[in-house]
Amino acid sequence: MAKTIRLDIVTPEKIAFSAEVSMVIARTTAGDIGILPGHAPLIAALAIWPLRIITDGEEIPISMCGGFIEVQPEKITILANCAELPEEIDVERAETAKARAQSRLRDSDSDVARAEVALKRAMVRLRVAEHKKQHKM
Amino acid sequence: MPNAQDIRRRIKSVKNIEQITKAMKMVAAARLRRAQEKAAASLPYTQKVREVLASVASHASDLSHPLLEVREVKNIAYLVLSADKGLAGAYSSNVIKEVVPRIAGRKNSSVIAVGRKARDYFKRRGYRIDEEFTGFSEKPTLQHAINIARSVGEGFKNGRYDEIHLVYTVFHSAITQKATSVKLLPIEDVAAADANPSDYIFEPSAEEVLSHLVPQYLETTIYGALLQASASELGARMTAMGSATDNAEELIAKLVLNYNKIRQAAITREITEIVGGADALK
Repeated sequence: MAKTIRLDIVTPEKIAFSAEVSMVIARTTAGDIGILPGHAPLIAALAIWPLRIITDGEEIPISMCGGFIEVQPEKITILANCAELPEEIDVERAETAKARAQSRLRDSDSDVARAEVALKRAMVRLRVAEHKKQHKM
Repeated sequence: MPNAQDIRRRIKSVKNIEQITKAMKMVAAARLRRAQEKAAASLPYTQKVREVLASVASHASDLSHPLLEVREVKNIAYLVLSADKGLAGAYSSNVIKEVVPRIAGRKNSSVIAVGRKARDYFKRRGYRIDEEFTGFSEKPTLQHAINIARSVGEGFKNGRYDEIHLVYTVFHSAITQKATSVKLLPIEDVAAADANPSDYIFEPSAEEVLSHLVPQYLETTIYGALLQASASELGARMTAMGSATDNAEELIAKLVLNYNKIRQAAITREITEIVGGADALK
């Protein structure tokens, strides 16, 4: 069997994901990184972007809203404010959040930075949810 | 001597109170379990953030972040986590007692109140309340913690406060909780023993990671404290309502005994009267 690395995704609410995986692809604030077992120790800040986990040739995306990744040769820990597996995503809620954020962006009085972050989060969720649909077909 | 009807009314009202306290106890017990689970679930995250922060702090060449800056202490703010509702025994007053000796008679300290009880107490006594957050003491969410963190972080950064202390209740068990105070800002001693000795690569740089990590650390600390406080509040309420129920039961038993005595006395008296009356007719 191929070498694997332990991945734990921890959020303040729970341990969202914990399993042996063969590869993790994450987008940090400085660009995408792929992590294989035996990676050198690394700490990076994550952008709001889906995390891709590859196990046995299968890919699972996880929606994330920012956070950190800590890598050790045997173990990856991701600290995120929220993390959702494709089946946990409430598509309707994400759609409304997206619409709300968009209308806030048009309305110049509101907090643009915050609306942008909200919009990004909603887009990431929808993207990950989309993946699930494709797999079902 | 109270008459039988008064006692009957009293018994009825104590029974009503007992029902209420019993219901409150059960609600608190159910919520306590959930709050405890939440508090336990947040621990790994809190620990990990601390650990990562320690590793970053021990590697960053220049540890400068507005939230780490130690200044001469002129203005101190106390972030006080209390309950929104009463009927939780000494829960809120214990927290308040922890704060009062530190702020009494000092002009340079102010209160940031979380929960109605603390707000009302400090407002009534004329202390300076800079900000208040109410309505979620029993079930705090991360968003609440983020809002509080943002506001105290701002206050610290723009120099309004030079030090911020967090006063909350640590949950040990349903019957023991302890009010404690910790220094929230500036964040100190991060590069302590928790630091992981590995040589990390930082992406993009240790300073950049630090600037993301520090606010997150603040949010996490506050969130952890909020969860502890909510578990403590529910625990305190459960115990308080439990003993209130016991007391009500005891009182009812006493009243019933009294009532029966009076009733019996009245019956006896009536019999003697009838017997006396019958005797007089002879």
